[in-house]
Amino acid sequence: MTALESPPRDAATDRWASGVIPYAQMGYWQPDYVPKDTDILCAFRITPQEGVAPEEAAAAVAGESSTATWTVVWTDRLTAYEHYQAKAYRVEPVAGTPGQYIALIAYELDLFEEGSIANLTSSIIGNVFGFKALRALRLEDMRIPLHYVNTFQGPPHGIVMEREYLNKYGRPLLGATTKPKLGLSARNYGRVVYEALRGGLDFTKDDENINSQPFMRWRDRYLASMEAVNKAMAETGEIKGHYLNVTAGDMEGMYERAEFAKQLGSVVIMLDLTVGFTAMTSMSKWARRNGVLLHLHRAGHGTYTRQKNHGVSFRVIAKWCRLLGVDHVHAGTVVGKLEGDPNMVRGYYDTLRTGYVERDLMHGIYFDQDWGSMPGVMPVASGGIHAGQTHQLIHYLGEDVILQFGGGTIGHPMGVAAGATANRTAVELIVQARNEGRDYFTDGPEILRAAGRWCAPLRAALDVWGDISFNYESTDTPDVATTATPA
Amino acid sequence: MHVTQGTFSYLPPLTDAQVKAQVQYALDNRWALSVEFTDDPHPRNFLWDMWGLPMFDMRDPTAILLEVQRCRDAYPARYVRVNAYDRRLGRQTTALSFIVQRPGNERGFRLDRQEGPDRQVRYTIHPYAADRGSGERYER
Repeated sequence: MTALESPPRDAATDRWASGVIPYAQMGYWQPDYVPKDTDILCAFRITPQEGVAPEEAAAAVAGESSTATWTVVWTDRLTAYEHYQAKAYRVEPVAGTPGQYIALIAYELDLFEEGSIANLTSSIIGNVFGFKALRALRLEDMRIPLHYVNTFQGPPHGIVMEREYLNKYGRPLLGATTKPKLGLSARNYGRVVYEALRGGLDFTKDDENINSQPFMRWRDRYLASMEAVNKAMAETGEIKGHYLNVTAGDMEGMYERAEFAKQLGSVVIMLDLTVGFTAMTSMSKWARRNGVLLHLHRAGHGTYTRQKNHGVSFRVIAKWCRLLGVDHVHAGTVVGKLEGDPNMVRGYYDTLRTGYVERDLMHGIYFDQDWGSMPGVMPVASGGIHAGQTHQLIHYLGEDVILQFGGGTIGHPMGVAAGATANRTAVELIVQARNEGRDYFTDGPEILRAAGRWCAPLRAALDVWGDISFNYESTDTPDVATTATPA
Repeated sequence: MHVTQGTFSYLPPLTDAQVKAQVQYALDNRWALSVEFTDDPHPRNFLWDMWGLPMFDMRDPTAILLEVQRCRDAYPARYVRVNAYDRRLGRQTTALSFIVQRPGNERGFRLDRQEGPDRQVRYTIHPYAADRGSGERYER
């Protein structure tokens, strides 16, 4: 019998009959599939619509984020489609949360362009998040195989190179965001930068929404900030930096600002996440080529990372940022005014800093992740933190971190420089106590209080902020246990 | 003027007992200790003079403190620092570095400004001490 004579097809039994058949039947649900070492693996939290089986929902996610469309197409048969189809290979209910499931999906490496986060994300989160068969969908974690990791160069400098460049070892770095965020003239801005740096901070920072507004154009801000940076360096004998935000409306604008920052001798520039993955990657290459550290502010991330049932977890954003290459990224604080469950934050920090991260559901890590020799990214903790919490910050976040006390520096009753001195002294005290083997987590308040006898700025900081805490429950917590957010 | 390089420059000068506790912490981490000194504390001068080689095999904090003291005695009018080096894969860099002696008259730095067009300024940090010959820069 020739093809022309073939009998009419029955859609219920024939994979290739025209019409709509379940995704699972199209090959996107393969419970027996054993992932390859080269596959990209994803853990999705799926909330299927009523009446949709979780396996079919998982298969739909696999299909829509790889080769499928809503109906059967004969042109699939022109390809080795089994190779390109993503495979949902496991679905498990989320303990204690009826209606939600974790679906594991494997993607063939050939689906992705080398060195392109834009391409990776266009597949994995491109179309599927608005899919009607699901009420909600969240990308919880990704395993990036080393084969794909190695198509990226990662951070332009990384933690080790940054410490050698700055000549600063053995303690967290300290920063502050210039406040008020908006409205200061260049001259007033330079004053805040100078006072904070000469008082003891390593870095000051433009805020994410300081770009080039009528009250202060970018060029004037850069000139004033670099006068402040150099004056503070001469007074302390230490290398200092101010994150000059080069975020602009187009790439040409960003390159122009970055070039000017380099010409003025700045050790660091900054970018906002809002510029997009491709722009970030371009600036990463620029930063490596020009020997300037690259700081990333995760502006806007809360719109898709915060809700537990829908969006993309920050640990995935952290992976993408490490791949495309930044030297710093804001990654939460545990204590302070912004969202941050200690276990989840631990997962983000491990993802940014270490060479190999093991699966640990308590930390929100669903897969082992091998980074090879890719340098680490320095996480930045900021948002409502102050000197009185230093022992907690070092306990939870370690020493390869930038602690940014914005209000906690600039709001100090004795002035900005005194605020900086209080923070720097507190950090050195707690590091010293930790190294001496003291129980600094318990004794922290006492250690800081005692030093207040010889360090007036620290005493004043503790008097003003000692009792301030933000006791709200985090929304993004591990499924396996509930934990209290420390004050 | 007080140079604030190093891990503990905002604390009162460390006592020998406090230095020893930090050395012990480094040894517990399998880091190698070394002693360095300089009379050129420019912030970008990372090449301080080495007081011998890093003590890769020395596990006794008292012996390391002895080397610190010998360096101080030999160069009483210079900066001396203790470094701890972490050779682990993925680090291979300094893990801790702190000043354990300062000259009596820290001279500080002059900021030179070379004024260019468009309000641009080229900055140079110049240690006042560098105006004198090596060995004559500081007093105890």
